[in-house]
Amino acid sequence: MKSSAIRTLLSLFVCLSLPLALGAQNSQTTPSGSPRIKLATTTSTEQSGLLAYMLPVFEQKTGYKVDVIAVGTGASLKIAQNGDCDVVLVHARSLEDAFMAAGWGIERRDVMYNDFIILGPKSDPAGIRTLKNSKDSFSSLAAKKAVFVSRGDNSGTHVKEKDLWKLAGIVPSGAWYKEAGQGMSQVIIMAEQLGGYTLSDRATWLAVKNSAPRLSILFEGDKELLNPYGIIAVNPGKWPHVNAQGSKALMDFFTNAEGRALIESFKIGGDQCFFLL
Amino acid sequence: MTEAIALLLAGDGETWAIIGRSISFSFFATLFSLFPGIPLGILLAWRPSRGRRLAASLVHAISALPTVVIGLFAYSFLSRSGPLGGLGFLYAPAGVVIGQFFLATPLVVSVTYAGLSRLDGRFFETMETFSASMPYRLFRTVLEARTAILSAIVLAFGRVIGEVGVSMMLGGNIKGSTRTMTTAIALDAAKGEFQRALSLGFMLFLIAILVNIAVNGLGSHER
Repeated sequence: MKSSAIRTLLSLFVCLSLPLALGAQNSQTTPSGSPRIKLATTTSTEQSGLLAYMLPVFEQKTGYKVDVIAVGTGASLKIAQNGDCDVVLVHARSLEDAFMAAGWGIERRDVMYNDFIILGPKSDPAGIRTLKNSKDSFSSLAAKKAVFVSRGDNSGTHVKEKDLWKLAGIVPSGAWYKEAGQGMSQVIIMAEQLGGYTLSDRATWLAVKNSAPRLSILFEGDKELLNPYGIIAVNPGKWPHVNAQGSKALMDFFTNAEGRALIESFKIGGDQCFFLL
Repeated sequence: MTEAIALLLAGDGETWAIIGRSISFSFFATLFSLFPGIPLGILLAWRPSRGRRLAASLVHAISALPTVVIGLFAYSFLSRSGPLGGLGFLYAPAGVVIGQFFLATPLVVSVTYAGLSRLDGRFFETMETFSASMPYRLFRTVLEARTAILSAIVLAFGRVIGEVGVSMMLGGNIKGSTRTMTTAIALDAAKGEFQRALSLGFMLFLIAILVNIAVNGLGSHER
């Protein structure tokens, strides 16, 4: 009785896990020339669904398999600097330029842009709906001490938000200013729950807005709010193990006619999210 | 809730792949942790001394460390900029299994130790007077401590399959490669897809119950 129970338990485990373990073996990283490419990117490209829309086309065509690590721009560049990925797709030009200048990247190309929007409760307690630019909007948020949820994670969106506070001449602090340290969609959900404002990229907002029915776009369309994305291949001179061929293929795909057509045709609920540069 | 279950039953291949992957990673991490874990637990219990009791408390403390701390240590070793970077285990299944191994091992040591400490002290004395070979003594001890070892396995498996810190940090939540039940739940909840998160959570709950029932079934024949 006992041994049969042991046998059942063991065989259950083995049946369930053996094929998967073999699968896991295949997905180990291999040296360069490898069919796997590690892409560190922002939460916006992943959570909006853009990568799930584009990468299967690339994978089918080239035979590469792309492993997506979705963090923030700051973390992506740090991962690249540590040699833990092959290529990054990010949006914070100042950080990207510093990364290139330090020699960590071998090549950077412009890919696309989308724009940032200021989200808030439909009742708009800080009254930013009627304001003319993002600077005034941010000033008003601070003056009214309206709850604001910040990414707080050194992502591209967070870097942009800090630039906008600086532009408005404000150092945000106090109970109304909440640094979440989480991805874009978490932060939108938090703003929804707290009845607060936040800065978001348009693509992530479109992807999660059904989960945040109390929020709406209260400010948009300022040229300060443009959000350009770049793709950077990690320098094989710094990290010889990186998949340089794979990164090159992926960069080509994102910037060639086919990839560009995919970026333009990607829609969430009928809205285009990313635009070509 | 019913909606969550319906979603699971209608689940796409990826949902089932995530469930299988979670079980697989945790199975191997637990399995590997037994090799150092059980002998170390026995060693600590064999001839109690102040030093060994101190070491046991230390292991006990380590087994209570938050998973993100273990994840962080493992990360610094497995990163390309760390000493073991050449293995390329970070952001790959091997990285998750290694991290989970370090979560499971201290737990196996301390539960094995605790179980053996409750044995009659004369057991070890008897073992020593039989001038039996070391492997035989070990075998007898494992047999004697089987209840403790079984609970160690369940506890270790339960800890690793339910943790998110190590899996997220070392695996990177890569779809089709290192996305497990807990990291998928974290991602779904982040995206506001609570139904999908709930259905995976329910599955996790089910696995926990099954493992416990299976092992309790074994334990009930002990006495």
